[in-house]
Amino acid sequence: MARIVESSTEPLAATDVDPVTLDLVENGLRNARYEMDEVLFRTALSPGIREQHDEFPLIADPAGRMVVGQFGLSIPDFLAGFAGDIREGDVLLTSDPYACGAAISHANDWLVVLPIYVEGRVVGWASMFGHMSDVGGKTPSSMPTDARTIYEEGVVIPPFKLYDGGRLNEDALRIILNQVRVPDWNRADLNGLVAACRTAARRVQEMCARFGVATYLSALDALLQRNYDAMKTLLHVVFEEGRTLSFTDYICDDGVGFGPYELKLSLTRTGDRVHLDFSGSSPQAIGPVNYYLNENLARMFFGIYMITVADPQILWNDGFYPLVDVTIPDGSYWKPRHPAALNARNHGIGRVFDLFGGLLGQTNPALLNAAGFSSSPHFMYSGNYSSGDRKGEWFQLYSIGFGGIPGRPLGDGPDGHSLWPSFVNIPCEFLESYYPLRIEKWETVADTGGAGLHRGGNGVDVAYRFLEPGTIAIHDDRWLTYPWGVNGGEPGARGRKWIDRAGGEREVLPSKCHDVPVRPGDVLHFVTWGGGGWGDPLARDPELVAKEVRRGLVTREGARRYGVVVDEAGAVDAAATAEIRGEARPERPVFNMGPPLDEILARCEEETGLPAPRRPVWT
Amino acid sequence: MSYRLGVDVGGTFTDVLLVDEESGSTWRAKTASTPSDQSVGVLNGIDKVCAEAGVDRAVIRHVLHGTTVATNAILERKGATVGLVTTEGFRQVLQIARSFVPGGLAGWIIWPKPEPLAELENTVEVPGRIASDGTIVTELDEQAARHALRKLKGVESLAISLINAFANDAHERRLAELAKEEMPGVEISLSSVVLPEMREYERALTTVANGYVQPQVARYVANLSDKINTDLSILRSDGGLAKAAAAAAAPVTMLLSGPAGGVTGAVWVAEQSGHRELLTFDMGGTSTDVALVREGQARIGRETKVGDLTVRASAVDVRTVGAGGGSIAHVPELTRALRVGPQSAGAEPGPAAYGKGGDAPTVTDANVVLGYLPAALAGGEITLDREAARAAVQTVADAMGLPSAEAAAAGIVDIVNENMLGGLRLVSVQQGYDPRDFALVAFGGAGPLHANALGRLTGAWPVIVPPSPGVLCALGDATTSARDEAARTVLRRLGDLTPDEFTAIFEELAGAASSRVAAAQVTYSADVRFVGQGNELPVTVELGEGPAGLAARFDAEHERLFSFTLDVDHELVNARATVTGERPRVTPIHLEKGDGDPSSARTGETRVYVDGDFVDAALYDRLRLRAGDVVPGPAIVTEMDSTTLILPGHAAVTDPSGSLLIRPAESLEG
Repeated sequence: MARIVESSTEPLAATDVDPVTLDLVENGLRNARYEMDEVLFRTALSPGIREQHDEFPLIADPAGRMVVGQFGLSIPDFLAGFAGDIREGDVLLTSDPYACGAAISHANDWLVVLPIYVEGRVVGWASMFGHMSDVGGKTPSSMPTDARTIYEEGVVIPPFKLYDGGRLNEDALRIILNQVRVPDWNRADLNGLVAACRTAARRVQEMCARFGVATYLSALDALLQRNYDAMKTLLHVVFEEGRTLSFTDYICDDGVGFGPYELKLSLTRTGDRVHLDFSGSSPQAIGPVNYYLNENLARMFFGIYMITVADPQILWNDGFYPLVDVTIPDGSYWKPRHPAALNARNHGIGRVFDLFGGLLGQTNPALLNAAGFSSSPHFMYSGNYSSGDRKGEWFQLYSIGFGGIPGRPLGDGPDGHSLWPSFVNIPCEFLESYYPLRIEKWETVADTGGAGLHRGGNGVDVAYRFLEPGTIAIHDDRWLTYPWGVNGGEPGARGRKWIDRAGGEREVLPSKCHDVPVRPGDVLHFVTWGGGGWGDPLARDPELVAKEVRRGLVTREGARRYGVVVDEAGAVDAAATAEIRGEARPERPVFNMGPPLDEILARCEEETGLPAPRRPVWT
Repeated sequence: MSYRLGVDVGGTFTDVLLVDEESGSTWRAKTASTPSDQSVGVLNGIDKVCAEAGVDRAVIRHVLHGTTVATNAILERKGATVGLVTTEGFRQVLQIARSFVPGGLAGWIIWPKPEPLAELENTVEVPGRIASDGTIVTELDEQAARHALRKLKGVESLAISLINAFANDAHERRLAELAKEEMPGVEISLSSVVLPEMREYERALTTVANGYVQPQVARYVANLSDKINTDLSILRSDGGLAKAAAAAAAPVTMLLSGPAGGVTGAVWVAEQSGHRELLTFDMGGTSTDVALVREGQARIGRETKVGDLTVRASAVDVRTVGAGGGSIAHVPELTRALRVGPQSAGAEPGPAAYGKGGDAPTVTDANVVLGYLPAALAGGEITLDREAARAAVQTVADAMGLPSAEAAAAGIVDIVNENMLGGLRLVSVQQGYDPRDFALVAFGGAGPLHANALGRLTGAWPVIVPPSPGVLCALGDATTSARDEAARTVLRRLGDLTPDEFTAIFEELAGAASSRVAAAQVTYSADVRFVGQGNELPVTVELGEGPAGLAARFDAEHERLFSFTLDVDHELVNARATVTGERPRVTPIHLEKGDGDPSSARTGETRVYVDGDFVDAALYDRLRLRAGDVVPGPAIVTEMDSTTLILPGHAAVTDPSGSLLIRPAESLEG
């Protein structure tokens, strides 16, 4: 347990904060949080943060409760795992999920925490973590798809003082950077994380100077209370007393032949409180797909879904946490035992979107979206140049794939986009300028979005032609289970990967693989999945269907799923359309998850070219 | 005798400023804008100002024009039908964009994706491939290209944007030749001309935006040139002037012509009172534009934002905040927080106080309740309904449980000021500048009302309120210089470049830019990053310092912005040369000297609500203030097109150039 050293410990009296000052503090915190993002994006070198923006900022109150940020990561858990004094000027660093109660969830994430002092007193904490593109270990980018323990996943940094009273611990940093493949990346990204946290600290100190420490701290309490009060009201409106809602979704496989893993979430409101229960989920995975979930993060996800529609301008914080109880069974997919492997947890985090949508949408129609592009699939390519000016030089690419946003109550899901905030793709011209590859195609695949009144977004086919020998790695999912549709909408298409070898043969790749050798002239097709459809496809405007045929987003064949016949010129055949649409309509379920799981598994090899995984069992 | 004339077309009014180039005397006129054909309003304005000056229209040698024709075409989605030609495999470049969804976690649930400016059914792809180093991988398939072009029916404008065209424009140029044969008469925009920089989406988008506004702009400029029958220049987004023909060829460089006029006008006015380090703050009905000026030069950004569209074109680095006089205050039931904007009551129905059927509480209504606005606005065109304003603001007081409408109104004004402070921080603190080192120039209809409060929040003194804030844009148009720039992507490590190679890159660009503008001054800049970074920083280049000097300048900038540097090589990404012509001479206003006592301008008294209470405040007529007169706060200074509020504890000094300079009272003592 950390001991926090303060020269001023006299308690400050709580003061009444007028509502306008409260809104001013809220606004100031929001600006500081976006400034943290900006500092890191602009300075990072590693592609994971620089292009994918895989980072999460946070500003907390003196007790470590998040007052603004994107993730309710757990400073109290972090401090509980750190033995030593904390003083002004200290900056703490860790990458060990098991040492901080899963404040971070794999060893690629480096978490920086620093105390914010004003006049000898801790007035809060600034914290940020970012995904390092490489932290050493047995494979480039440090995410071996066959890992069974965290020891295979690169350097794991216990919580320690990177800066002690403002002085950098250079020896420790040298030891850490000696283990990674591209130390310049890690050094720049770490500098950026620290600079961002220091920026946040400065902004908090400025607010304390402007409003006074007592007023600032009382304002934080009031902001936390505001979330608490809002959530309390909302819970009563949305959830019936005593009724349990449940929803189950899947992770298709774990990289070492087991799957699908069931992810089950249940919710019950009793009085003012709700209980989120992850019981009934699969046991921890043998392979690296475990998603070690911090309880506060589960609360955070839940809260964001609840409030996004109610007051999008609210400053999201931890205030409502006391209203939410969370049960996560030990040894489950969500809480594996040390030293289980964790690197490929990106599917689990992403699937939380679908899980909460399916759960909360049952009583809140505004949140009932279909299943979307609920992951951030990775593609890696690395090697040494074999000739030319750069002969012998190491290259290492880490990039993210994008897919179909689901059909939504609002309308169609965008094609080839991201569910994650602030993620962006790496431009083709940037890739071709810095890596030995050429991109031959970058387009969405017609009909991969689920049919619906509101169409699911299409998945994307990116075709990479390799120009140098090297190895590639892929982290993807939804190759087996379907991105489901809702309210009568159909599921989207599943993802696929294959290599057309220079010699002419086609090789289907599993959705999780690494160290796959490639040669010049080989072409990889990385095809992501589509979003599910929302609402009855037979109710979609035939003219809109025809327009999408002309746009190449839906094929003429695909238009028939909407009960629309489109002629060769791309116009609606009104008579034929009326005929199809006049036929008796099948009963459409609220959730359309495709065929039953047993059937999916039985047809796996035939449909996907890949062997079916084996179901995991609790022992 | 020769005259020049600045003209700015706004949403409501067209402002004209006529300048005698020999004496520097000026005449101003204001006429109603004519949105269906802006040139009608411009001509009316010219006739009016000429009558006022007693001169014939023929004496005007130059017309300098800030126009929103291009901006409006984008905002109102009334541009041309654009066809887009891409490289095979990249037809959906605008559809996929950068895969980016704005907002926070779950933001995707509520994001309506805007339609691309070139529709997918009007996009074709052609076989033929160029590598990122410019080598040709596959020759252009001309037959397939002709076939693809023939599929584009009914397009009024064609954008050609091929992969890696920034490195080699051969295929784009050949396609343009084919397109001229296949679709004669259609305007063609090439990405290798519009934006020869890396990143295919941004380049395609910018090229398409150029094509989207081109036919309208070309028609407008030709029409206006014919009618005025004299030399016409258009204000570019970067604050320089371009000849009418050049502007019509590259209209994407003038999307922010309007705001750039305001900033250049503010720079000119502020210089007359000796201030060259400025934050500018232009508050209108629905939004506020802010910018930062150093050493009399507005900071130039590499992006232009119009509505939800962001293109890569140099522009005065204006940040827009969704906060203006018409911004609506609301209190979400769930959180009972006070929110102001981004919804706006606009001009119709407008604030409740306008009595045109609006009943939503706006910032203007709050100002009315607090006593900051006189009974009439815009020279009597709008009378204010105080009771309606009060009733509207009372709904906010009720929802929040505040004791009075005044308390709610003060809250609304505080929140909107805070939102604008956020914008000012974006251009100052977040760029590493301390706002206390700057003066704050406030203009736009609502700016002078909020200026003193923002001075207090930022510590930027003095707060400068220019005379006739309404014609500031026209003044900017009339007082700026001709400008052009040439740029290209280089992608070389600075460590690998010799000083000679370095100089050659920039001098070649200077040559290209000088062919279009008679150069009085050439400046160079570059976008540089550490090798491996994804974003560049714009840095000024001194040719004599060579590549090592540029690296050192970059390091200093990186240190200033982010508080650290790295020990890795630097990469020159984009090089740019900017050529600026002579700056015209315009003589400023020179007020008659007074004795410091403003009482002869005093027109009455009123009550204003400040810091929780009503206090007595004096009213002044701005036109009667003389140089050196000091107006102590609390006071309200009125003129035809704006109202200035001076808070208690502050005072405004009337500058000989006509500006009011507001400072804390204690700084004026002793």
